[in-house]
Amino acid sequence: MKLSRKQRKALVRICVAAALLVVVNVIKAAHIVPVEGTFGFVFYLLFYSGIYCVIGLDILRKAGRGMVNGRPFDECFLMAFATLGAFALAIYERNADYNEAIAVMLFYQVGELFQSYAVGKSRRSISELMDIRPDYANIEKDGDLVQVSPDEVEPGTVIVVRPGEKIPIDGTVESGTSSLDTAALTGESVPRNVAEGDSVISGCINLTGVLRIRTTKAFGESTVSKILELVENAGSRKSRSEEFISRFARVYTPAVVFSAIALAVLPPVFGLIAGKSPVWGVWFYRALTFLVISCPCALVVSIPLSFFAGIGGASRQGILVKGSNFLETLSKTKTVVFDKTGTLTEGVFEVTSVNAVEAVGMDERALLEYAALVECFSSHPISRSLIQAYGKDPDRSRVSGIEEISGHGVCGNVDGHSVAAGNLKLMARIGLDVQPAVEAGTVVYMAVDGTYCGYIVISDVVKPTSGAAICALRQAGVAKTVMLTGDSKVIADKVAGELGIDEVHSELLPADKVAMVEKLLADGSGKLAFAGDGINDAPVLTRADIGIAMGALGSDAAIEAADVVLMDDDPMKISKAIKISKKCLRIVYQNIVFALVVKFACLILGALGITNMWAAIFADVGVMVLAVLNAIRALRAQNV
Amino acid sequence: MKKTYKIEVDCANCANLMEQAAKKTAGVADASVNFMALKMTVEFQEGADEKKVMKDVFKACRKVEPDCEIEF
Repeated sequence: MKLSRKQRKALVRICVAAALLVVVNVIKAAHIVPVEGTFGFVFYLLFYSGIYCVIGLDILRKAGRGMVNGRPFDECFLMAFATLGAFALAIYERNADYNEAIAVMLFYQVGELFQSYAVGKSRRSISELMDIRPDYANIEKDGDLVQVSPDEVEPGTVIVVRPGEKIPIDGTVESGTSSLDTAALTGESVPRNVAEGDSVISGCINLTGVLRIRTTKAFGESTVSKILELVENAGSRKSRSEEFISRFARVYTPAVVFSAIALAVLPPVFGLIAGKSPVWGVWFYRALTFLVISCPCALVVSIPLSFFAGIGGASRQGILVKGSNFLETLSKTKTVVFDKTGTLTEGVFEVTSVNAVEAVGMDERALLEYAALVECFSSHPISRSLIQAYGKDPDRSRVSGIEEISGHGVCGNVDGHSVAAGNLKLMARIGLDVQPAVEAGTVVYMAVDGTYCGYIVISDVVKPTSGAAICALRQAGVAKTVMLTGDSKVIADKVAGELGIDEVHSELLPADKVAMVEKLLADGSGKLAFAGDGINDAPVLTRADIGIAMGALGSDAAIEAADVVLMDDDPMKISKAIKISKKCLRIVYQNIVFALVVKFACLILGALGITNMWAAIFADVGVMVLAVLNAIRALRAQNV
Repeated sequence: MKKTYKIEVDCANCANLMEQAAKKTAGVADASVNFMALKMTVEFQEGADEKKVMKDVFKACRKVEPDCEIEF
């Protein structure tokens, strides 16, 4: 347990005051100094006043300053007034029972200390979670490694990252292989392997080998700086619950104070009018009890703390929420709209089926080999996925006479056979009448020596977690899932069917996507979230109630446009984000209701004279402590 | 123009009061205090002298919360 200087001082004061309080009560109980008589009266008055000064002098001073600066309803003033009032009442009644005033002050101080400790602790633990800021970068100078500040490294410099160090700046690996721990950025616990030529992002921890990295960005533009900036600014956008609390706090305290005055004055006056004894003392005491409960601190502290903890817990899972208002909206999400490519699918093309015509003596392996060879000089994404599916480096010496026919495909000689690979138009061109394939995706038809030999289907593959992600969203209370895509209807319907998506809109241009989201916004109830990879859907991200950018590491435009940024591109994170937001909001509502119910109950019981000041201070400090502890729960987001 | 300052304050209510005080200061278009991150973000009005405005903001904050600090 680490305390600041101020907290240590408060702790010492609390201990001294508590010890003195015990001593004076022992003296009183043992009748060492009798309460009766002038000497006893003066003795106890001075003794208790001394304790009061130990524990409450700073409160008195603050209260005085609040008065001077025209803020009569500040909590210090109320505490000072309530305790001094109780003191005065004890003097007036000459019973030397000053314990109550001291105890109220004592508990109040304990509460303040706890609050400051708890808040400080959660602040620290959240900043530790986000401890991805690199302290230095190693650059080579005359054969030696020199540590410099990451700020000073120009883009294009070669930096060296040893095992155990953080990558300070985004770049590409010049030499070396290693595995990287990306947990702090993405929440993903499996290390990522990198080798020469791979691009790496700052904030990852280098685990095994020495890497030489050529930086591609300045430190200020690097991923790690962007993320830190985002997290640090998250708190400045306040949620409606927070606004409600600050408005409430502004009204609550004066309202309680005026009720206290009314309580002290009206019943005795009515008593007088009715011809009874006014019992000023009783009502005055009840009014003081009111003042003790007048501080809204439980709410004022715990609500922002809950949001802060929720945002911190989410960022630990690789989910960056840009403000508590977005966390609040996210929890009310009823419709989730997805972009297809790169969000639900990998966004890369893979060979998904190879169909050889066996009647002409062709097998799948050979067909793929022909395709890879004839396409090996092309850099088209389709060619690359064919070569990748082939699995070997194609031997270019076996290929000759390659001719690319734009809009049709490729023709060439492989091992002396003439091979044609392309679409139906190409097949027609060489005089073959081929039945179109029924599978969704891009189809490459193959002919060898003028004979049709089969086709290969290349399509975008669905991410392995997409199906589970849609299910999880339903469990998280999302009523409708919609997929928008620029792809053809066949492909879109197939993907949607596979994943169980409720509504599909295909063959959309980017502008149509905005229009479609606007339409959904108009007729849907609840909030609408749009999840996209952020590459060309920035306008849609901005238009939706909540824009979720996926795999946004490195894409500045997406980070800028989105409200929630998922560091990796796992669609499961969308439901996780919604669940985290729901948990956080649940805690917020629990705290609001709990604090208000306890406070109002105590106000009523206090007014009726059923509780005393002891119960009131317990209600005040106890509720605050419990609310703060509850708020810290929002930080735990691993298993929601 | 927007700027963020580190602040030192130890109660949430006081942070709220500081925010209100900063908002009311001349030359400030908007202000927001993040108690958890101990940051104050101030948006200055067009053409305001930021150093001078911050001095006033600090003075106003000291009035509502005598223990507070603003680093600028």
